[in-house]
Order: sequence, then C-alpha cells, then structure tokens
Amino acid sequence: MKVREIMKLLEAELLAGEENLDMEINSACGADLMSDVMAFVKDHVLLLTGLVSPQVIRTAEMMDIKVIVFVRGKNPPQNIIDLAKEKGITVLRTKHPMFISCGKLYSQGMIGRGVWD
Amino acid sequence: MGLSDGTIKMSFTILPDDLTAAGEASSSMKKMLNQLGVSPQLVKKAAIAMYEAEINAVIHGGGGIADIIIDGQKIEILIRDEGPGIPDLELAMQEGYSTASDEIREMGFGAGMGLPNMKRYSDELIIHSEVGKGTSVKIIVNFY
Repeated sequence: MKVREIMKLLEAELLAGEENLDMEINSACGADLMSDVMAFVKDHVLLLTGLVSPQVIRTAEMMDIKVIVFVRGKNPPQNIIDLAKEKGITVLRTKHPMFISCGKLYSQGMIGRGVWD
Repeated sequence: MGLSDGTIKMSFTILPDDLTAAGEASSSMKKMLNQLGVSPQLVKKAAIAMYEAEINAVIHGGGGIADIIIDGQKIEILIRDEGPGIPDLELAMQEGYSTASDEIREMGFGAGMGLPNMKRYSDELIIHSEVGKGTSVKIIVNFY
C-alpha cells in the first residue's frame, strides 16, 4: 500500500515528508513503547504511535522506518516535526485511535507482521 | 577518525537526563557506517543496539561515553557510565524486567526490552557492572 493511500484511509494530515508519499509500505507496527518497536524487524514498515516524543523519530531513524502516524489526534510539536524533516521521515496525524487505525489498515490488506529474532 | 591501518575510531559524550539529545551519538555512528558502505542490515543492527545502550546511559547511568572502533572485521561499540550499576544482571537481561521510573515510561522507554534488544542485535554483548561504580556495555557486530 502506498503512503498516500494510507493517508486517505486514515483521513490523515501530512505534517512532514511529502517526498515519501509514493513509497510502498508492507507492514505496520502499532506501539507506544519504543523498545517494543525495536524488537520488530522488517523492511518498509509503518509506525503507528500515540507517543509524542523526539525519541519516536530517533527510533524510526535507527530502524530505517520512513513513515510515522501519530494516532488519537496527537499533535507533535515543531521540534519533533523538524527532526523528522531532517531525517527524511514522513509524519502523518490521524484523529482515529490506535485500534481503529490499525483495523482500517488491516482490513485493507496490510497484514504483514514483523519478525521477532 | 581514520587511522593508517584502516581502523576508524569515534568518541561521543552522552549527556545525562537529556532525552531530546539522546540518540545523537547513535545517529552519528549510523551516518558514518552508511558513508563507509556497510550493508544496511548490519548498520541497522549496530544502530539499534547502540541506541538502546545510549538510552540506558542517559536514563540510568547519568550520562557516559561512547567509543566506537570499526576495523575490517567488526564494529565495536563501548558505552561506559558511572551510574549506580546493575545489582542483578541476569534479572536485568530478562524481557520485561525494568527499574525505570514513570517519567521514563512516559518517554516510551522502560519496557524492559533494552538489554534484550542489545543482545538480539549484537553478535557479542559483554556487560560489566559494579554497584555504585558504573556499567560498561560492549556491543560487537561482525561484518562476516
């Protein structure tokens, strides 16, 4: 699924990283604990989180995650958006809560999961 | 930086209690590995393992120092702090065990996955810790 399709599906707003809108995403990870995200290995991953912290961007950077969706209408401050821009990471924001966001993606075929170990 | 035998050394200071800056050392190392043309898979392993160790140094260790040595065989990351030390290392290695405060949890850490993740992504993990003196974590990622 392309990032722009995800954006439409989640009725999300683009906060940073227009350059990745045509990127293909294979699987998603929904988590508020960044170490749980880092235990998850797969390429072309979308990260959904309700955590608003610069460490979300850092975690994505280390994991080569290029797209982050802040759920539940969370509003990341400018320093977080700036850090994402600097790292070439796309930031989306949706009003939908985590469960609904994941459910919408899953029901549209994004069923790829990560690999533990 | 680059030595005549092809070995590259880098050193970073990790500031205490600064969760905004936490990860900058790992980010710099990741950039360097990418510039050296190391395979993305290995870069990711080294970056995640170091990032977890860096976060630990910030939140538990009162800051510290990261020394990185890259030679033809491996990436070696040594992170040292002079924090409280780990009383029971075996317990600390268990997934889910955490001594982190609520404040740290609010930052998205303290899930008890830091040390297990370091082990998961390194080829060799050597931890020395002494209560009251500090902790050193050596992460080795082999090229072959």
